[in-house]
Amino acid sequence: MTTWVPTPYQVVTRTVETHDSVTLALRPVAESLPRFLPGQFAMLYAHGVGEVPISVSGVPDDGTLVHTVRAVGAVSRALHDALPGTVIGVRGPFGTTWRLDGVEDLLVVAGGIGLAPLRPVLDHPSRRTVLVAGARTPQDLLYADELAKLSDVDVVLTVDRGDHDWHGRVGFVTEPLASIPLDPDRTTALLCGPEPMMRFCARTLLGRGVPAERIQVSLERNMQCGIGLCGHCQLGPLLVCRDGAVTGYPTAEPLLLAKEL
Amino acid sequence: MTTPMTGLDALPLLMNLSHTQRAAVAGVSRIETYEPGTRLFEEGGLADQCWVVLSGCVMIDTVVPPRGRIVVQSIGPGELVGWSWLVPPYRWHFGATIVSPTRAAVVDTGALRALADEDPALGYQLSLILINALLNRLQATRMRLLDLYRNPS
Repeated sequence: MTTWVPTPYQVVTRTVETHDSVTLALRPVAESLPRFLPGQFAMLYAHGVGEVPISVSGVPDDGTLVHTVRAVGAVSRALHDALPGTVIGVRGPFGTTWRLDGVEDLLVVAGGIGLAPLRPVLDHPSRRTVLVAGARTPQDLLYADELAKLSDVDVVLTVDRGDHDWHGRVGFVTEPLASIPLDPDRTTALLCGPEPMMRFCARTLLGRGVPAERIQVSLERNMQCGIGLCGHCQLGPLLVCRDGAVTGYPTAEPLLLAKEL
Repeated sequence: MTTPMTGLDALPLLMNLSHTQRAAVAGVSRIETYEPGTRLFEEGGLADQCWVVLSGCVMIDTVVPPRGRIVVQSIGPGELVGWSWLVPPYRWHFGATIVSPTRAAVVDTGALRALADEDPALGYQLSLILINALLNRLQATRMRLLDLYRNPS
């Protein structure tokens, strides 16, 4: 039932993050879905418009679903514009999770909206955690106020283009990655962002001695059914909705280089 | 504030140099600390030193009328500031400003070139270090040219 039929959830808060992104907190109208884990996604249905896959950007203990939505097409625009009180259909939880068991030092690398699926792993980390996040401009940085308050995470923010009020880094995420202190024997890296960004970040980390087996990436394809039946999200041998989105780099690497599959 | 360089063993950038080679580079280097707002160099000025940032941040910029001084790149801990000393005419192509309290190893690049001329093995290792740092920056610049975070992507 939970996988095929959308469950009604109501928007309880809508937080504007950037000019094109909002974070929605959703509460079940009646029945609730199983608990989502960091890295998993839901199919969010905007009534009368359509359904899109959106990763969870928060997993509170009280069963609230938190999603950060960037307005890109018709469905995501409708979700982005949903005001508190709006009822949204939700299916899930779908997909794989960030694997954190046995992790010693955690390196989180995000680009653009890719920070959203990684946000839950930054909550109260129990290990040394470094976040390297990139955005187009300072105004495009997600969760800026929240990141500034993180006391137990080393945060490195960098933008493609700064402005006169920006005193942080200007450059691409691979640059701090090449020089930040890290112990390759202890580090596990989680990458999420545009695929070229993840490819280059992974190569930088491999060059620093981080084993491919300890690099995880989040893939994105045209997820529709969410349970590996329809085949729309096929990427080589993977059905990304079922075998991803979080995938080990040794599996993902050759697929990230394919022009079309 | 200036202090003599006593060793470069802790710098990851130079980890492929032998202890002797690092000592030679230390002999033409010193540690300096800078306050925010300090202008390190101006576009067109003589490029006779480079910096390895130990802590803090340096912005590389250029003037674009009428937008003023535009930051094109920032350099953080462990990274190298300054390439124009490598090739004639040894003039800075951009300017640089300190944006947060910064500590850096400052290298006399004329003396460094002389060391490399005298000891080709050191020169070769230095070339590899510089090429690696340049490659990282070139590739990062190409990534930025792709404008990967734009909407729609």
